[in-house]
Amino acid sequence: MPHQWIPNSLPEIKKELLRSIGVNDVLELFNDVPKELIINRKLNVGLGRSLSEYEVKRYFDRLMSKNRLFTDPPPFMGGGVCAHYVPAVVRHIISRGEFLTSYTPYQPEISQGILQALFEYQSMLAELYGVQVINASMYNGSTAAAEALRMAVRINKKRKILIPLNVNPETYEVIRTWSLGMSSEMDRVRYDQLSGSIDISELEVKLMRGDVSAVYIENPNYFGVIEVHLRDIIDLIHKYDALAIVNSLPISLGILEAPGKLGADIVVGDGQSLGLGMNFGGPSLGILGIRDERMITQLPGRLVGATIDSEGSLGFTLILQTREQHIRRERATSNITTNSSLMAIAAAVYLSLLGSEGIKKLGEDMLYKTYYAIKRLSEIKGVKAPLFAEGRYFREVTLAIMGKKYRDVHIKLLNAGILGGKYIGDVFPELGESCIMCFTELHTKSDIDLLATTVERALRGGM
Amino acid sequence: MWQQARWNEPLLFEVSTCSKPTFNITIDTDIVREVGDVKNYLPKEILRSELPRIPNLSEIEVVRHFTRLSQMSYGVDLGPVPLGSCTMKYNPKICEELIDERVTGLHPYQDEDTVQGILEIMYHLQRWLAEITGTDECCLQPPAGASGEFAGALMIKKYHIDRGESFRDEMLIPDNAHGSNPASAAMAGFKIIRIPTSESGEVDIRALKAVLGSKTAGMMLTNPNTLGIFESRILEIADEVHGAGGLLYYDGANLNGILGIVRPGDMGFDIVHLNIHKTFGAPHGGGGPGAGVICAKGELVDYLPVPTIGFNGSKYFLSYNRSKTIGRVSQFYGNVIPLVKSFIYLLSLGPEIREVCEVAVINTNYFIKLIKDLKGITIPYGDNKFRKHEVVISLENLFRDTGVTAEDVAKALLDRGVHAPTIYFPLIVKEAHMIEFTESESKESIEYYASIYKEVIEEAYNNPEKLKRYPKNTSVSRLNQVMANHPLTRCPTYQMLSKLRKIR
Repeated sequence: MPHQWIPNSLPEIKKELLRSIGVNDVLELFNDVPKELIINRKLNVGLGRSLSEYEVKRYFDRLMSKNRLFTDPPPFMGGGVCAHYVPAVVRHIISRGEFLTSYTPYQPEISQGILQALFEYQSMLAELYGVQVINASMYNGSTAAAEALRMAVRINKKRKILIPLNVNPETYEVIRTWSLGMSSEMDRVRYDQLSGSIDISELEVKLMRGDVSAVYIENPNYFGVIEVHLRDIIDLIHKYDALAIVNSLPISLGILEAPGKLGADIVVGDGQSLGLGMNFGGPSLGILGIRDERMITQLPGRLVGATIDSEGSLGFTLILQTREQHIRRERATSNITTNSSLMAIAAAVYLSLLGSEGIKKLGEDMLYKTYYAIKRLSEIKGVKAPLFAEGRYFREVTLAIMGKKYRDVHIKLLNAGILGGKYIGDVFPELGESCIMCFTELHTKSDIDLLATTVERALRGGM
Repeated sequence: MWQQARWNEPLLFEVSTCSKPTFNITIDTDIVREVGDVKNYLPKEILRSELPRIPNLSEIEVVRHFTRLSQMSYGVDLGPVPLGSCTMKYNPKICEELIDERVTGLHPYQDEDTVQGILEIMYHLQRWLAEITGTDECCLQPPAGASGEFAGALMIKKYHIDRGESFRDEMLIPDNAHGSNPASAAMAGFKIIRIPTSESGEVDIRALKAVLGSKTAGMMLTNPNTLGIFESRILEIADEVHGAGGLLYYDGANLNGILGIVRPGDMGFDIVHLNIHKTFGAPHGGGGPGAGVICAKGELVDYLPVPTIGFNGSKYFLSYNRSKTIGRVSQFYGNVIPLVKSFIYLLSLGPEIREVCEVAVINTNYFIKLIKDLKGITIPYGDNKFRKHEVVISLENLFRDTGVTAEDVAKALLDRGVHAPTIYFPLIVKEAHMIEFTESESKESIEYYASIYKEVIEEAYNNPEKLKRYPKNTSVSRLNQVMANHPLTRCPTYQMLSKLRKIR
């Protein structure tokens, strides 16, 4: 059947081309396929027939109406993904067909735009993280973290990986799955009950054994708590000849010190906060970099570098491809091929719109909102906000409901049109009826006030 | 004559000589009054000491900069991108149009009741892809093809461990396979055993039999293979691998060559990965994001990553109930945006996906017909066999006769306003050009490509020196790769570039 997306699908064109090839029937082109395997029925795909564009739209719109979109107020839900504003310019630029429909720039001369944009992404992210090199992107924060750990083991050939219990549990699960293919073992480090940050004395005890390859740290951690002793922790890790891998929230880095400046050897991040949608979890952007350029041959993923063309003009090309799978095969630093280029370009556009001033101001704005929310929520009887009284927070806050199920509160919030926190009492039973809430540039004072009054009413049973 | 935009666009860091008003962010003074100076809440030593050096630009400056950069890029919207094994097909605009805040604004942890529409899409996509591949279940989580391969390799690993056969540590991979196959298998901890390709362009079955044994964990295979040739003895291969206690893994990168005609599951494959951004119409985005999907048959479904999307007759839900799962290979549920685009693609085509394959294969063989008698080229392996999704041409004779390389020819093609084929792959073909038109190229487009291919080869014979100087019509001329990669001159950031400029 002819279809608008398939120019040669008209029967007369097909027939003409087949005749020119020298066959009568298209199935002759498949004469090497065992006859018994050829499908002789219509596959059960779609609605059983092809649809027109307006039929597709109708059907899709109906499906979309079965979702509930929270915009007023924006979601307060945290857990690693938070609602952020996606500037119109970002969406406009990454929708341009020249970027959107291009392939990996294997032919650099015809792909200078995409290469330059990625080079600028690498440069801006290197500034933000305070390191020498950031690659052209990984899939997302979780796989960037897993790749960082694989890289650490390759570099120092030690066996053990330390992962604190206050990191994103999904990221931990991804690392655990990946470790099936590695010969290393994982050990966990407790967090301090009062601050929610890493228990430094336990960390030292585990480091002292001398077999630790790397420690993976998140800042802010899963609870939204800033690791205020990060510099000391990194020094401690180095004292025992291990590598410090720090996963920093990129949008916090206008306010918080760059991990590279604190001594982190490998830096990691998830770029969703840099002007990307929540996308029901994906795609996002995986940030991965190294403080010291000398580790570059161990870095996985694509890398763009500057060079000159035959006339001496500045140009850009993929570099050090001998690290990659299409050349090095089983000895490659990683299997990664497709990455998250378009999201990297989105992040580059986003950071260009903000500038250094905007990055700082946006960070301050989130910090104000975080602390305003803490103030309002802490005034409510029956809410422990923040849960870790001595913790310092950025963007996300863990809080607990006393004497009631969080779920009951959550449902009442939903009924009032509010998407509340991410419940974590299942994964962290020691924290009771707790959840993670998120406060970003999107939340106004009245949004936060509405949240607080609705939580209060829910607890009083007035709803 | 075609000429690509040549904007001489400065680096973002050099666009402006002074600070401009940037994106407007207003801090609510009422909040400030309530909270006080927020910096007092944080210890000084964790505050950023020096702002990142990112320029402060106005909106128009940013828009012009990136619009100019986009004009110095080349995608399917501009012309053919016949990169073999990359399946650069048309990306339908309706997919872009329909994906808006209704999808991008969904939080991954929203209550299931509030995301029934998106879950329904993902559930149906799982079912359709299982039907297309002839498998029982699919998981949408892997964010790319290589990630799907890695998941599949881990499933094979765990399967053998669970059966007490962890000594099975050898993964068999043909020498023409995509590089990601051995890389993924190595990441899963396997030893790679290379299987040679026979003259027929197919797996050398005698060599395969010779290495199969008690250490065999499995075999990773793409069919049609990277020569564009269908492995006609696939049933025998499957029997042999299974007979030795191994599993058979299908690399879906080349699925466009058999879509709707024959299914991997029916051929005997146990695990299948798909590239949503190749076969199912989602764009490549300059290298990503794509989406991988991993499907399995029989008892292997228990090993799939979690979660998958379930349906209990009235409600769609995230299902973590999989007894032997390898766990998560990536965060959340997959790259939802490309996945939804593939849903729209399949919704539109329905069972007509077979047309996709038929025309893609016709296009390949029509191109072969147009160029096969050109002096200087050969189509190695599998004499006169019909190719499927792609064809691999060797320019070895041209190189021998003139010194002109596969890369030189590729650059000359760029100068005529088209994208070049994949070059120097597969590794078993010398001076290789791997060409895949997909179903999206028209008769005229293929004829044009053939005509310029012919023109370039004639030029190579008449004036070989000229080919070394291409491309001229692109945004830059041929780039210095030695300088780009040399330890003393390589620079992956603006900061390093500035240092290098000072030294010079």
